[in-house]
Amino acid sequence: MHIVVCIKQVPDSAQIRVHPVTNTIMRQGVPTIINPYDLFALEEALRLKDRLGATVTALCMGPPTASESLRKALTFGADRAVLLTDRYFAGSDTLATSYALSMALTKIGEEFGTPEIVFTGKQTIDGDTAQVGPGIASRLKLNQLTYISKIVATDLEAGRITVERRAETGTQVLATRLPVLITMLEATNEMRRGTIAQALEAARAEIITWNASDVGIEDLTRCGLRGSPTIVKKVFAPTARSEAAEMIAAEGTMDAKARAVIDAIFARAPGVEDDLTAQALHHYV
Amino acid sequence: MADAAKPAPAKGGRANTKKELPEHFKAYKHVWVAVEIEHGSVHSVSFELLGEGRKLADKRGVELAAVLMGDDREALGQAAQDCFEYGADCVYIACDPALKHYRNETSTQVLTDIVNTYQPEILLLGATNLGRDLAGSVATTLKTGLTADSTELAIDEDGSLAATRPTFGGSLLCTIFTLNFRPQMATVRPRVMAMPEREEGRSGRIVEFAPNIVEDDVVTKVLDFIDDRDSDTAALPYADVVVAGGLGLGSVENFQLVKELAAVLGAEYGGSRPLVQKDWITSDRQIGQTGKTIRPRLYIAAGISGAIQHRVGVEGADLILAINTDPNAPIFEFAHLGIVADAVTLLPALTQAFARRLRVTRMAS
Ligand SMILES: Cc1cc2nc3c(=O)[nH]c(=O)nc-3n(C[C@H](O)[C@H](O)[C@H](O)COP(=O)(O)OP(=O)(O)OC[C@H]3O[C@@H](n4cnc5c(N)ncnc54)[C@H](O)[C@@H]3O)c2cc1C
Repeated sequence: MHIVVCIKQVPDSAQIRVHPVTNTIMRQGVPTIINPYDLFALEEALRLKDRLGATVTALCMGPPTASESLRKALTFGADRAVLLTDRYFAGSDTLATSYALSMALTKIGEEFGTPEIVFTGKQTIDGDTAQVGPGIASRLKLNQLTYISKIVATDLEAGRITVERRAETGTQVLATRLPVLITMLEATNEMRRGTIAQALEAARAEIITWNASDVGIEDLTRCGLRGSPTIVKKVFAPTARSEAAEMIAAEGTMDAKARAVIDAIFARAPGVEDDLTAQALHHYV
Repeated sequence: MADAAKPAPAKGGRANTKKELPEHFKAYKHVWVAVEIEHGSVHSVSFELLGEGRKLADKRGVELAAVLMGDDREALGQAAQDCFEYGADCVYIACDPALKHYRNETSTQVLTDIVNTYQPEILLLGATNLGRDLAGSVATTLKTGLTADSTELAIDEDGSLAATRPTFGGSLLCTIFTLNFRPQMATVRPRVMAMPEREEGRSGRIVEFAPNIVEDDVVTKVLDFIDDRDSDTAALPYADVVVAGGLGLGSVENFQLVKELAAVLGAEYGGSRPLVQKDWITSDRQIGQTGKTIRPRLYIAAGISGAIQHRVGVEGADLILAINTDPNAPIFEFAHLGIVADAVTLLPALTQAFARRLRVTRMAS
């Protein structure tokens, strides 16, 4: 079985600062990480590899420095890493990104065997759109399984897969035919760390690097800003809340403090008291 | 590199400026909402979108339409009436046994077909699991732009849709246009837009659309549906009151105090991300950027520092009360009410005091 995991290198959002005057992101010195949801996807792929035996290819579109993330994926246990990089990709929105990645996936299929499963995270933490996975699936005509919390069964012989998918008010159990594209939800289990031997091997491993023409993109107007139907017209910082929290300075016993807190809550939001009374009734009759 | 979040788009890009709209797009008119139906009921986000769509349609001087897909004609008729009363002028109904459950394959095909037939200028969907799944596929199939999780929609002077959304984990907002492609698509999260006033008895036009799908040809099958009401999965996004704890509680035993307060309030409970990593709570109870976004009327945060990734998940709460021992904790910068106190001793006192107060109110009423 061949599994491809799409990973994105993103700025660690905890460290992001916004330039006070220009309202642009100050990326300088901001550490990058593998998008956390993509790690869940990678972990799921590696588990399938452990169980069923598979080759796992990690694919990343990004600047040359994104090879760091690919090396990390190799350390965790991916067998092969492909970096798709070209200045023509700069400024790609989700439609242009899914185009470039789908071309790379086709090329990966030709070179290393058609993947039975393509994984992505449910979304990235910088763009937060959740659109690239569905975009790739639509382009490659793969069955698409988004927001997957669990892979229930994989029957390679029959070419079928059964999964649990988070819907809005419950969990769907879906069965479909391979090949599929799966976007992974957060997992409860920790990501593996990889062994020292794997790290040493990853440090020496070749990162396969392709540009637009390597993956057969002839029409560059489908890439980057030019290939992006959405246009960012304005970027601005959210207006800061003018007041900080009103501090409840209660003295005395814990009970007195608790009562002061409750008074403060109901003074600010009188309606909440009626709601709570109704709910509490429900629980306490 | 990807995603629509480039701070400064280079000038002179192809799609970057508004051109004369290509001839084949000129027929695109009207504002549409793709209505979300799961297990027979319409998701409230669809009505919120009809309220918002009404404003956009009025501004453009066009009709507002809703698209309904499902398998029960009678239920769809009832839903259509709801859509009229929440502002739709027209409802497209696609009824077919293959549309009983949401599946990407069937819904993408049917919605794409309806769009290509009747050509809306603007198409809105909820930023739910269903809506984002469907919107991503439909936009790619139609090769048009899609702005995810918008928090504000407007019509600019040129008549184009201006969709504003948070980016970089909420630290910035950006306004996005789709100038040269149709339809202009956007998703909006539940409870971002206000619920419109219902106008009883309002009615409109129904257009039946015959879907071109056959169940036997659909490869993805729904084997089962486990309703959240039958499991103990947290319904955090829709809870009116949420009590949450963080690492400041010190131990999983102390986390019980959060659950006890939640029980007295009839609330849902949750926590910060480190608690999931420590196995104090399950991942469906994590609140924040990589967890759930909540919009309760009251949010009580005990022993949570208020990191940006936590903040973006709770900012929509009407009233945030923070309990923290550190007067300089970042959470006090966005909480409405704060108390510098040890949560481990304050929480039980709060539980007691709430229980007393709420019972007293009940007896008085
Ligand atoms: C990519 C990424 C995604 C993330 N996603 C999320 C997310 O979705 N949600 C999330 O929550 N975090 C997320 N995080 C983690 C986030 O950055 C913070 O690390 C986390 O929110 C901190 O959790 P905490 O406030 O519980 O713990 P801490 O930061 O350790 O804070 C504990 C707080 O408790 C206070 N305290 C200590 N003792 C007491 C006491 N007895 N009584 C009262 N207060 C006390 C302390 O003063 C302190 O403010 C993410 C991080 C990354 C890098």
